[in-house]
Amino acid sequence: MSAPSTHDRDAPGPGEVWVFVELDGGRPADVSLELLGRARELADRLGTRAGAVAAGAGAADAAAALIACGADTVYVAEHDELTAYRSGPYARLMTGLVRRYEPQIVLYGATTTGRDLAPRVASDLRTGLTADCTDLRIGDHSTRETSYQDLLYQIRPAFGGNIIATIVCPEHRPQMATVREGVMRLPEPDDTRTGQTVSIHVETAAGGEGREDGRASDPATAEPSGGRREATGAAVLLRPEDLEVALLDRHKEEKRVDLKGARIVVAGGVGVGSREGFALIEQLADALGGVVGASRAAVDAGWVDRDHQIGQTGTTVRPKLYIAAGISGSVQHRAGMDESARILAINTDPLAPVFSVAHYGVVGDLHDVIPRMIAAYRVKGAG
Amino acid sequence: MKHAPSTHPQLRIAVLVKQVPDTANVTGKAMKDDGTVNRAALPAIFNPEDLNALEEALRLRDRHGGRVSVITMGPPAAVQVLRESLYRGADEVVLLTDRRFAGADTLATSYALACAVRRLGDVDLVLCGRQAIDGDTAQVGPQTAEKLGLPQITCVSRIDEVVPARSDAAAPSGPGTAAHDQRGSVTATRSIEGGYETLRAPLPALLTITGEANDPRPPSAKLVLTYKDIAAEAWPDYDDSYLDPQSDAAEVCLIDHDGRPVCRARVVQWDAATIAAEEGITGLRGSPTRVKEIESVVLAQPDARMVEPTEAGIAELVHELIAEHILG
Repeated sequence: MSAPSTHDRDAPGPGEVWVFVELDGGRPADVSLELLGRARELADRLGTRAGAVAAGAGAADAAAALIACGADTVYVAEHDELTAYRSGPYARLMTGLVRRYEPQIVLYGATTTGRDLAPRVASDLRTGLTADCTDLRIGDHSTRETSYQDLLYQIRPAFGGNIIATIVCPEHRPQMATVREGVMRLPEPDDTRTGQTVSIHVETAAGGEGREDGRASDPATAEPSGGRREATGAAVLLRPEDLEVALLDRHKEEKRVDLKGARIVVAGGVGVGSREGFALIEQLADALGGVVGASRAAVDAGWVDRDHQIGQTGTTVRPKLYIAAGISGSVQHRAGMDESARILAINTDPLAPVFSVAHYGVVGDLHDVIPRMIAAYRVKGAG
Repeated sequence: MKHAPSTHPQLRIAVLVKQVPDTANVTGKAMKDDGTVNRAALPAIFNPEDLNALEEALRLRDRHGGRVSVITMGPPAAVQVLRESLYRGADEVVLLTDRRFAGADTLATSYALACAVRRLGDVDLVLCGRQAIDGDTAQVGPQTAEKLGLPQITCVSRIDEVVPARSDAAAPSGPGTAAHDQRGSVTATRSIEGGYETLRAPLPALLTITGEANDPRPPSAKLVLTYKDIAAEAWPDYDDSYLDPQSDAAEVCLIDHDGRPVCRARVVQWDAATIAAEEGITGLRGSPTRVKEIESVVLAQPDARMVEPTEAGIAELVHELIAEHILG
């Protein structure tokens, strides 16, 4: 299978670049919007359309926001069985839609939802999937026999962050990847953008209509409404075995720490020395108007809550200023902060790897350096 | 722990494990002069979360009775993780090795593992670690579930309850007997961002287990002595009667610490033909993805501007950051 070289750019059709949208309380998750921003760029580069698949409670209401963030087509699927995420019905929905509409690329957030769903979809479709990408580009690829144009370069760290691998999926479609939250920029919503919503008719075997997966009449465009055209799309049949797993309970707390949106992050590591010592990190963050971050070691030591963790298994940040205090800078940690605009490292060990990514280095004890910073900032700030 | 009565439904559990290079502990010895990691120099270990999966399986077996069968796919040297499994109390271990499996991505790997699980016969549960530390993909679990047509619960931090399937003879008949009761079920809690969710799946089901689930037991000294020199043996016409204490094929019956008779395990070695894996779907040929490029992460040349940790040095730095509108 290969993507068609030409198609109508104004109608949904094969070759789109898709994002699976996670809805959290009816709102698209940040990671989904970040991906939509990148999908828009990839689609422009490929001369095709960007599509968003929104399923579950609030999907129809989210369409306008998804179009504003770059979607040309929003596929909306609402059904009682899709209210909250479960592997079975969501995988059936995605495989049905991919078979029907033949996107060339499908992106998912590398969240517990995306990483549960995408492999199941990839296995059913027998296509490739790359986990936890940190970058996506379009480029060519050649083997001894064949050369391929406009493939998706799926770029990710591997081997505990010791290597960066570029993965391609030359022969199978769609090309699929899960992408880490926070590595793509959130797009600025543009409310003047126009797009199309396509309603997906979801039914269960119990519904009795018994249509086959993905069989549908061709989308028919209806009257425009508020810059948005609406169409009736494919039907997807959820089978009894898709619905066997019951969600008994779900408990989710709002993230109390907004590391991703922070302009300044002050992060502490092993060098902080104790839970009490972390107060110093908090004081500096307070003084500078920043947010507290931490290395995994500091979190594992119980000095600070896991919500603050920066790095491969924590949050990826790119603030204007990142202050790494008492953090040696393992590859896993650097993966979460090395795209910060400026990095200031404070460490007693002049050979600490963190200095290799820092713009400013202070070799010294953070317990001396931080109070001096606070004092200097107060003086300058007042002046 | 009490020995489960023989009339009690028993659990057959397959555990999928992987031998991985120890990427979490990159020591100076594994560093090359150019600052990159010499992957070949890393020690090979039992993938940590696969040990958690094995531990869950052993606990379920100890509670309900049954059999824990461990499968690994890899080169002949991967037999070491199977020995490690036997040291901890696995009943049966299988080495899946064949040149035709080489170069497999997660899709081709899950296909081979699914074929191997089928070759074992009926199982109630398939457990594996959430992800392996060499690739961190977390894909093989869900992909194997899909290949086997099983429901999945991923990222499980706790198995709350397993209700084994009832055999037809033991099942109460009559109205009100739900299909779920007949098939058995597993209830498990999975970690999600900022919380958890609890799900119940009918058996058979596949679960991926995280490091939060348990602290894996250490090897038993007695089992280490029993199995430390065991080698893999190819077994194309595999038949599991050697694990039945009543069978003539059972080699030696050991008695485990619960007083349960246990047959001496073998390291069963299967190739692609034994598990009826179709050519073209295994190994590199069966892998849709290709590695285009590998770039070692090299520590950049130090170009940080070094600042004296004195009051004057710090004050100058802060002043500069304010002047550049980085601090404001």
